[in-house]
Amino acid sequence: MGDVSIFLQHMTNGVSLGSLYALIAIGYTMVYGILRLINFAHGDIFMLGVYLTYYGVTYTSLPWWLVFLLAPLLTGIIGILLERVAYKPLRGSARITILISAIGASFLLQNLGIVIFGGRPRAFPVPQMLNHVVRVGGVSINFVTFIIPAVTILLLLGLTYFTTKTKTGLAMRALSKDYETASLMGIDINRIISITFFMGSFLAAIGGILWGSRYPQLMPLMGSMPGLKSFIAAVVGGIGNITGAVIGGFILGLGEIMLVAFLPRLSGYRDAFAFVLLIIILLVKPSGLMGDKVTEKV
Amino acid sequence: MLEVIDLHVNYGGITALRGINLTIEENQIVTLIGANGAGKSSTLRSIMGLVPKSKGQVLYKGEDFTNLPTKDIVGRGIAMVPEGRRVFADLTVEENLILGAYTRSDHKAVANDIKSVYDTFPRLQERSWQKAGTLSGGEQQMLAVGRALMVNPKILMMDEPSLGLAPLLVKDIFDIIELLRQRGNTILLVEQNARKALEIADYAYVLETGQLVLEGPGKTLLEDQRVQEAYLGVAR
Repeated sequence: MGDVSIFLQHMTNGVSLGSLYALIAIGYTMVYGILRLINFAHGDIFMLGVYLTYYGVTYTSLPWWLVFLLAPLLTGIIGILLERVAYKPLRGSARITILISAIGASFLLQNLGIVIFGGRPRAFPVPQMLNHVVRVGGVSINFVTFIIPAVTILLLLGLTYFTTKTKTGLAMRALSKDYETASLMGIDINRIISITFFMGSFLAAIGGILWGSRYPQLMPLMGSMPGLKSFIAAVVGGIGNITGAVIGGFILGLGEIMLVAFLPRLSGYRDAFAFVLLIIILLVKPSGLMGDKVTEKV
Repeated sequence: MLEVIDLHVNYGGITALRGINLTIEENQIVTLIGANGAGKSSTLRSIMGLVPKSKGQVLYKGEDFTNLPTKDIVGRGIAMVPEGRRVFADLTVEENLILGAYTRSDHKAVANDIKSVYDTFPRLQERSWQKAGTLSGGEQQMLAVGRALMVNPKILMMDEPSLGLAPLLVKDIFDIIELLRQRGNTILLVEQNARKALEIADYAYVLETGQLVLEGPGKTLLEDQRVQEAYLGVAR
């Protein structure tokens, strides 16, 4: 009985962490699907989302739930601006050029964060409502651990509806396969790209808020490790594929938690787990679990 | 209706078109024939704004289309069936058609037009929920034509619609082109199948290495000795 409840506790934690990776990984995969670009600044967009929420809750009189909604919207707009400034002028250049620009944008955001927010860690203002311990059976679990997968599932349902049922979603899928033909349909490519960045950044910010509620320590460099792992999640799932990103996120989250739980001697290698997984996937199935066959577009 | 004046196109050092002039009148089938690499596709693609024009002008009903982005050209009612069909393989037949109407907001008329595409191509209706990638080559070509028709185009440009199709399907495609003209569409057709194209064309242009070398009514060019030798395989 005790074993089962402990296992369940680990499961919940793993699913919760996996949800966070999934939310961030979706942004990587969507942008990659459209632009064939690894947006290395995505983890820092995540960080900005957390800080915006922090400042909104701490320094304005707005209710926390409104800040939790406004901050992701604002982060989405920052995502659009990032694309306009760092990627759009380079469209049509070699992919490596844009990739370097992405890495540059990442460093810029991190260092701007240090200058503006300060390097000293801050405490995320977790709302009372989320921050209490629930006892289920013999297990005590932080309430936010339940909220995270629930919010993630809701957002995923919304995203699925968007990509399959709306005209803009169809246009996004068309654009990810064939730029030229998509433009022959009269699709405004710039608009779709902006929407893609908005949605990815929005989801990353929601992920950030949930992350902050779970691990309430804020630092300007806090985006790099979750960002990197979510990127791995996207690759494991098959980059460009949204379902794949979600699956990859859960594999990574569950794997990490279970590794620490059942092989405590290896807990120091917690972060290494993601990278080992990446290496294995790249060796065994480079296109990822759900990925298309890798074909170069002409 | 559509006028192309002194159009030049260069791709990174290679000259594809060196000053061509075309006039397309309303409700006509105009065809562009020529060998591989003569610049037929480049002409269509630069009219659509897919490749930049280095010189020249495109006028549509007197309006300057030269520097209009592709989406706006489509928005004004010029559609293109691209070479190689290029249907969206992961989307269903119906989703492909819906995307064809992307620029339109008249939902009722769009629904009607989907119906009328299905009337024209019953095979597409049977497969409306299938992914476009699972269709045969001929069906994909029909879908590509249907998708372009969903723009509700005034001018339809077709780039090699019969390429890679079985002879029976080639005949179908040309029947459809004639049908579209009867319905009031204007068509600019690029074809390697010069004989078929000239037979249905009201007017035809012959392109050679980026320049127009001959033009005239389709029937006249069919009789022309140079055309016969170069493109129709008639020995002297």
